Formats: sequence, structure tokens, C-alpha cells
Amino acid sequence: MSEALLAQAGGGIGCKPAPTDLGTFPDAFDFIAEERESISGGVCIGGPGELFDLASSHMTVSLVALAVAILIAAPVGLWLGHVGRGEFLAVSVSNVGRAVPALALLAFFVAFVGIGFTNVALVLMLLAVPPILTNTYVGMRQVDRETVDAARGVGLSELQIVRRVELPLAIPIIFAGIRLSAVAVVATATIAPLGNVRSLGNPIIEPQTYGLAGQLGAAIVVALITLAVDGSLAALQRALTPRGLRRSLRQLRLQRTYFPIRRRTEVP
Amino acid sequence: MSKLIRAVMALAALLAVVLVVAACGDDDDDNGGGAQTNGGAESADLIERDPANSDTRITVGSKNFDEQYILGEIYAQAFEAAGFTVRKQLDLGSEQVAFRALRNGDIDAYPEYTGTALTSFYRVAVDEVPRDRDESFEQLQQELEGDDITAMPQTPFQNTYLVTSTRETAEQFGSPETVTELVEEAGNDVRLSGFPECRQRTDCYLGLRDTYDWTPEFVSSEGQYEDLDNDQADFTMGFSTDGPLSLDRYYTYEDDQELFPPYYVTLLTRNDTVEALGDAGQDVIERVQEPLTEEVMRELNSRVSIDKQTPRRVAADYLREAGFTQ
Repeated sequence: MSEALLAQAGGGIGCKPAPTDLGTFPDAFDFIAEERESISGGVCIGGPGELFDLASSHMTVSLVALAVAILIAAPVGLWLGHVGRGEFLAVSVSNVGRAVPALALLAFFVAFVGIGFTNVALVLMLLAVPPILTNTYVGMRQVDRETVDAARGVGLSELQIVRRVELPLAIPIIFAGIRLSAVAVVATATIAPLGNVRSLGNPIIEPQTYGLAGQLGAAIVVALITLAVDGSLAALQRALTPRGLRRSLRQLRLQRTYFPIRRRTEVP
Repeated sequence: MSKLIRAVMALAALLAVVLVVAACGDDDDDNGGGAQTNGGAESADLIERDPANSDTRITVGSKNFDEQYILGEIYAQAFEAAGFTVRKQLDLGSEQVAFRALRNGDIDAYPEYTGTALTSFYRVAVDEVPRDRDESFEQLQQELEGDDITAMPQTPFQNTYLVTSTRETAEQFGSPETVTELVEEAGNDVRLSGFPECRQRTDCYLGLRDTYDWTPEFVSSEGQYEDLDNDQADFTMGFSTDGPLSLDRYYTYEDDQELFPPYYVTLLTRNDTVEALGDAGQDVIERVQEPLTEEVMRELNSRVSIDKQTPRRVAADYLREAGFTQ
């Protein structure tokens, strides 16, 4: 795509000039809908084509980061939660991780992994680990100890207890962590252009090329993608939650009864 | 642990202060001996406080990078010294935001670069911006009339793009002086890092391609000189007033084919504010920016980016060292 854009710029612009008569929001939607000439001129920007390119690069780096974060944080959280140790570790990692800004990490890791995909993915991964780790740990710990003891009593091995008892019961809380991370990662991937990875952050941090319409347009697209990611993870969570747990929650609501207040009649 | 760190930091800060004070002393000596002819009459440069000005409120804005903070502080503190009531809005993000704030009257003045103003606000194509300093300024003044904004006189320095490398890289290619020579020597099999925006701008990467027929691999990064030091790029898009250029480590290449338009600073000021400032106020603007050559601006920027001083203090030191305040 970038080559195509560059080639296009060489031999005349193949797109309309940026509209000047639109309000801020209509202009942003027009940016999403149709290609236009950049603010400083010379290239075509916006439109579904470029936005799709940016979005796919954006999502690639986000999903890789999220997947690696889950692969690292979930097993550690599961184990720590199961054995009931390392609360200090889980909580500290989480708190320290949240305190360090992603932008600083991006600059910091240049010295070790260089500028590029690995750098950006690493930063986003570190951003994603804390919520997943903490929530997995907490999710495992909040499983009723008597349930676990009962499972042990009927002869399940420790691994079976984790897989068949604790994990299913912890799914809602673990997923809350994953959703938290996913939203943070997708939103933060807008800094990727600073690490030589194209993303929907490009229109946001290039005002002289994309203008206000591009900034707002890209922000709208990021927001929509974030909502979509969160929504599909919520659906996945519902699918993975044990039926018994789902029903018991619903039934709990249905079974709610009201305490009858009797009208006072005359005293006999 | 934290006490130790704090102690070390305090020591470092103290050392920096001592060094700066020493450096300032040197500057003063230089000025007294050389450029300044009226060595004895230092007070002639002093900005006079006019109590009548205190009824005039001025909000000075700036965009959000070091040089803009410094310039914003310089103008704001100079106005303050002249007795005006000054408010500062020194973090307005991009030029789009700053210019909008200026037009809406949220701020009364902010420093902008002539080339940037013409291309970003009035959609003048980069190739069509006059390469002459005064011609481009006149065109900007005409454009601004429609928005009831005045461009105050330009600074002596400009902050334009400079292709930059380390000295070693330059020597490797036989220390070419111009970009044309550099392209001949280095070819396209090199890496050029630039802020992300550069890639799609005709006054940046696209311009280098069209004007110099140079298509190095583009590395999108804000690391600039760090990219050179970390070997993430062979060249980087520097700016002529960047602080690190005051170090001897880097080498710049002249834009011999005038790809880049002039980027001198002008304090964009609302017309009503220009009136409120009066002749004396306008004179302050002109006088206070007169010593700002490229070397001086580099020095001021390096005090923020390398010595980690606050823009506020750097501006105050500048005004004092140049003899505008005491």
C-alpha cells in the first residue's frame, strides 16, 4: 500500500482535494469513507483502503501482544492461584507494570531489540500482562475452598482440579482481565508509528498530513474496533462459562422473591 | 534507596547549576568584549516596566515542544517585564489546535514558523512557498489579514529540516557538504529515520525523493539522534536548532536545492492585541528576539533537552544574559 501511495504521488494525485465545507464530524466520516489529498499535499490519504491497511497492521501487533501476554500471564496466574502463594508477586508485578508508561518503554527497549515490530509488540505485551496475571490469580483464589476440597475428596488430581473445577469457576474474572488488557492494548497501539510500525495512530499523530478529520476519523475507527474486540471477548466468555454457573446467576435473579407485606387488619 | 537516589539527583542538579553559572559568566564576557558595542550602557537593553500596561491582559500560547515552550516563555516573560498582565497557555499540541485557539481568542499570540503557517493554515503547496525569507513572510501576512491576525517581525534564526548523521557516518562517505553530494556517495541503500509524519510529506521524505531522487529506507521513529547513536538509522531528519547539534558529534548536510521552505519564527498576534500592545509592546517583541540566532537557539534548546532545565528558567536566563532583565 505504501508503495502504491508513493507511486501515485509521483504522477499526479488520483484523489479529490480535502473538502473544506464540512463540519468537524462530517469531515471525519468523509475521511473514513473516501480517499482525499493530504493537508500538506502530494499524497492520497484516508478512505477504506488506507484505513483497512492501518487497521490490519494495528490489529496484528495488538493481537500478537495480547496472545503472548495470555500465554505468559495465564499459566503463571493459574499456578500461583492454585497453590495460593505469590500474592505479593502477582500484585507487585501488576502495580509496577501499570505505573510505567508505554511510551517510555518504547524508547527504553530500542537499545535492546531495536526499532520495529518486536519493540512495539513487547511494550504492548508488558501492558497486557498485569491485568491478566492479577485477575487470573484472584479468580482462582476466590473459588470456594470447600468445592476444591470436595474435588480432591472424590479423587481428582491437582491438574484435574485446576482444569475442571477452578478454571471454569474462575473464567468470568479471568476474562474480565483479558478484556481489560485487550482494550488497553488496542487503544495503546496508536503509539506504534513511533516504533516504525504503521497503525491507526498514524493519522492521529500526523496532523500536517491528516488534519483534524484524520485524527478524529482514526480515533472513531479505534473506538469502534475496541468496542468490537471487547464485545467478541464478552461473547467468548459467555460461551466458555459453565452452563451451571450461567444458569445459577440467572436463576438467582428470577428466584428473587419479595417479602409479602400484609395489610394490617383489625385486631381480633 | 530512594534517599540515595535523591541525594545523587540533588548533587547532579547542583553540578548543573554550577556549570551553567560558569557558562553564563563566559557568555557575558564574550558579549562585553565583542559584538556589543555599547559595552558600558548595558541598561539600554533593559525592558522598561510601564505601570499603565497592567490593565492589558495577554495570553501567550505555544505548541508542545521544547523550542516552543522556550519561545513562549521568552515572549511571556518579556511582556511581564514590560508590565503587562500575562497568562500562559504553553501546551497547545499541534499547530491546528494552537491556530484555532488563536482565532477563537482563547490565546492572543503564539510563535509559529512561516513555512508551517503557509502550508498548514492556508494550504499553500510546499513547492509554491517562496524560498526567499521576506517574500514568504509577506505572503503569510497577506493570508493572515482575512483572519484578523498579524505576523510580528521574524526571528533571525529559522528552524528548518536538516539531514543529519554522526560524524563517523559522514566520514565514511567522504564528508559530503550537500545533500546532492551525499546522495551521490551514499546511494539508496541506507536508512533515514524521521518522525512518523515525515514519510508522507512533500517537504520531508517525499521531497527528498522528488528533489534529490533519494529513496533511503524510512524508519518511522522519534528517536532522532538516539536512532543514530543506537545504529537504528544512518541518517535522521534533524532540525537546524536542535540542542544535540550544539555537540560536536553530529554532521549536517546543506539543502543545496532548496527543498525546504523558510521556517523563521513569527509571533502570530491577534489584531486587537497588537493594538493593545501599542508601539512599546511591539518593540519589546522585536528587541527580545533579536539575539536569537541559530547558535543561540540551539544553545537554549540544549539547555532543556540535554541539561534538563525547565523552559521557564532557560527563558529567564536568556533574558538576563542578553541584558533585557536584571
